[in-house]
Amino acid sequence: MSYLEYNVKTVPSGLRKVLFLNWPVVLLLSACAAVGFLMLTSVAGGRTELWAEPQMKRFAAGMAAMFVVAMVPIWFWRNLSALAYAVSLMLLVAVEFFGAIGMGAQRWIDIGPLRLQPSELMKVALVMLLAAYYDWLDIRKVSRPLWVAIPALLILVPTFLVLKQPDLGTAILIVAGGGIVMFAAGVSLWYFGTILAAGAGLIVAVFQSRGTDWQLLADYQYRRIDTFLDPSSDPLGAGYNITQAQIALGSGGWTGKGFMQGTQSRLNFLPEKHTDFIFTTLAEEFGFLGGVSLLSLYALIVGFCVVAALGMRDRFSALLTYGIAGNFFLYFAVNMSMVMGLMPVVGVPLPLVSYGGTAMMILLLSFGLMQSAHVHRPR
Amino acid sequence: MRRNPRDNEESARTVSRRGLLLGTLQGVFVGVLAFRMRYMQVDQADEFRTLAEENRINIRLVPPVRGLIYDREGRLVAGNEQNYRIVITREDAGDVEMVLRRLATLMPLDEDEIAATVAEAARRSPNLPITVADRVAWEDFARVAVNAPALPGVTTEMGLSRIYPMGPDFAHVVGYVGPVSDYDLSKIEEPDPVLRIPRFQIGKVGIEARMEDLLRGKAGTRRIEVNSSGRIMRELDRQEGDPGATVQLTIDLQLQNYVQARLGTESAAAVVMDVATGDLLAVVSSPSFDPNKFVRGISTADYAVLTEDDHRPLADKTVQGLYPPGSTFKMVTALAALEAGLLDPEERIWCGGFTELGDRRFHCWKPGGHGRMGLIDSIGQSCDVYYYEIAQRVGIERISEMGRRLGLGMRHDLPMSAVAEGLMPTKDWKLDRRGSEWLIGDTLNAAIGQGFVLTSPMQLAVMSARLATGRAVAPRLVKSLDGIETPIPPAPALGLDPRHLDLVRRGMLAGVMDRDGTAWSSRVVEETLRVAGKTGTSQVRNITAAERERGVTANEDLPWERRDHALYVCFGPWDAPRIAVSIVVEHGGGGSLAAAPIGRDVILYALSGGMPPLSAYPDSQRNRIDSERRALELFDPDAPGTGRSRA
Repeated sequence: MSYLEYNVKTVPSGLRKVLFLNWPVVLLLSACAAVGFLMLTSVAGGRTELWAEPQMKRFAAGMAAMFVVAMVPIWFWRNLSALAYAVSLMLLVAVEFFGAIGMGAQRWIDIGPLRLQPSELMKVALVMLLAAYYDWLDIRKVSRPLWVAIPALLILVPTFLVLKQPDLGTAILIVAGGGIVMFAAGVSLWYFGTILAAGAGLIVAVFQSRGTDWQLLADYQYRRIDTFLDPSSDPLGAGYNITQAQIALGSGGWTGKGFMQGTQSRLNFLPEKHTDFIFTTLAEEFGFLGGVSLLSLYALIVGFCVVAALGMRDRFSALLTYGIAGNFFLYFAVNMSMVMGLMPVVGVPLPLVSYGGTAMMILLLSFGLMQSAHVHRPR
Repeated sequence: MRRNPRDNEESARTVSRRGLLLGTLQGVFVGVLAFRMRYMQVDQADEFRTLAEENRINIRLVPPVRGLIYDREGRLVAGNEQNYRIVITREDAGDVEMVLRRLATLMPLDEDEIAATVAEAARRSPNLPITVADRVAWEDFARVAVNAPALPGVTTEMGLSRIYPMGPDFAHVVGYVGPVSDYDLSKIEEPDPVLRIPRFQIGKVGIEARMEDLLRGKAGTRRIEVNSSGRIMRELDRQEGDPGATVQLTIDLQLQNYVQARLGTESAAAVVMDVATGDLLAVVSSPSFDPNKFVRGISTADYAVLTEDDHRPLADKTVQGLYPPGSTFKMVTALAALEAGLLDPEERIWCGGFTELGDRRFHCWKPGGHGRMGLIDSIGQSCDVYYYEIAQRVGIERISEMGRRLGLGMRHDLPMSAVAEGLMPTKDWKLDRRGSEWLIGDTLNAAIGQGFVLTSPMQLAVMSARLATGRAVAPRLVKSLDGIETPIPPAPALGLDPRHLDLVRRGMLAGVMDRDGTAWSSRVVEETLRVAGKTGTSQVRNITAAERERGVTANEDLPWERRDHALYVCFGPWDAPRIAVSIVVEHGGGGSLAAAPIGRDVILYALSGGMPPLSAYPDSQRNRIDSERRALELFDPDAPGTGRSRA
């Protein structure tokens, strides 16, 4: 069903729309953010002004933006998909030229006071465009090679640009996020099987190429893989993060050591404790129960999104919602796998909890899109 | 586009099916995460808790011992000395200022130091130790150590710190180390964790900086047990790191020391080179400074003295200073003309004191002119007009080409800081960089080493070594690394006609040994130590026609910074060369008066392997030379530890 066929009269209008928001998701997002404020206070040694307060301000702004986005009809956003993708792509190219150098990689551009990370923007724009693409595409053509090649190209172009920055973590997230939309759109499972097999082949190639002339990854990336496979091989260098993170996490036990009682984080053994590794502090201070609670909040958000998507008869809205939920899932799944030693360290924040502006703003904006789809769904 | 409703139903079903599948997969992964979390936090909890709780095992880095630097004879140039330090950790101290005040009753610690430490402690992470006092006297150190229980957070540490026993002599070549700065870290892609140790020292300039990676070594680790407040309880085991590489320089410490003293307070540079191997025996820039001050953290006042001095003590003039080579460049012009076949060695050229070119007059330095000049005399007596004449025949391209062949206008591969390239100008260069056509007058200026030509003292030394041997000798500064001899760079023949080289060498000999030679007053009478040399005087100002009318102002009457640079290049013994030397005295006046005497003393010292016999000097000069020598303050190798740098 295309948006032209919507029976507009059944869609709530004006401020009444607020009543039709997916309130459970709003509340769950707020709950996650609250956990974030608590943990940011803890890692700052009880001082709220350091990280928690700026984070609260950003969350409030993000929430406001989410509501605004949710109030605008979803077909308006659908029409913006291609533009959003084009702008994101241009920004990604621009970052190549004017990007600030941070942590050895070119990732963001400064636009006035705003520090924009175009790769974050791209994650949402890509999901939008792919959803719009499959909304337009005849269902019977979905698995034909040509019609698979187009979305694949739409995914690979930004991925390539992000890899050049170089930011392996975000590149993986973009590919996975795009893949989720394609998966949900019904692209034949053979493609995914082939890709997985090729991926396995690539991994073998990456290891084989090490030290030869055609080495595929940078040396530091190989070192990260080494430390992932055996953190104790380099306990002070690259393995330090993982070892210390695991000690913090593991020493939490069932109920943890209590708020602000985490010895690992208090003694500053933990690296990047307010950003990518913040989950370790939570796990140390609130134990297994705390960790599982946050995990449950995340899982519930994804769950509510899936349920909401099942109720959307419009293909764009449904795919968009799966894509947004998928991106969100990738964030926390990758971050948690990383700190729990299931995955090599790639710089991915814990959504809504890690300290950081752009990521959270864009995350909330994307949930605004999901809300808009929910509010304006045909009934 | 309208589609038929069946399609939509079908598509909606597909999407829903896939959505459910996706949701299930995600749910499964959440389950995996939860399971892993349970495994780590519940099943393995005890293990991790042991690691984290009471017996927290901490791994600390043991800074590596920095590599030593020796001279060519194995005498120490840069070493490490035991250093006692007092450090404080904010986390353990609680009230930093109160603890510091208590500490001040045990050892000298003034208000400024306390304030600085308090400020630094507030800035740094609470568990990082901050140095309160460095190089503490042993008595104070012991007193603090004994009173440690009353001083929470204060610990005493022993470490090694860089020391340069020769003080200023090697300040430019070897450079110095200093604490790692944020700027240093920003330049390194993946900094060695050892660089994050507070006050860890890293090479800042010279060999120390250029060979940092080799000198630093590899950090060791020690596993220590800390209690819940982070205090070290005991050391469990210790794995020593690898010390940095030992670097042996080609420099001869004694010669270096002598040359530094001989240059005195002049703003000058001297390079002494072994012509066979390219070994740099002395590389001296004057005035110098005490690198030990930088290691200890130089005071703003001391630093201001160094930066405001118009003699620029911080610059290494041997490789960073660029000067017009003046008449020392004439050998290049002569060889260019000879090799191009445009100059007959027998030819005589008339010098009437100037050459007229269009409406411009190019003057010889000798107002009346030299009269009829042959090649050898033109070098010996440094006739400018002779070179104006032949320059017009060969042109700038061939002259610059010859200059590069002789090692000028190029960056020699040396582990020194900010090595300058110099300039052998060409027509294209001028068009490109200045935006104007090359003029024939530019060629005339270049022919006598003025105008656009720029060289460094290092390059001039290479040039004289190449003139002396006819081979492309390249300078070498590092003799061996960890006892392994560094290869002597190959010195292929330059491909110059030996007869031409011989003529130029004879010209240089005439400069020293002929009564009319410009370096006659710096002649050597000892047969075996005979030296061939060439003086140079390079203008740093224009002489106007009006001034020439009145008579050119003598250098002594000019302010220092407008006086001419004095240059001298030489090699010796003239018939079997072993050593090449270049001297530049900034604003020293004439080359024969200011640079040649220094050059003679330096090359004689190098050739004799110590103070040369007075018999090498002309009779009339021996008394003066002798008293000059006595006035020099030289390093006494037989009295170690009494060197002037041991502060």
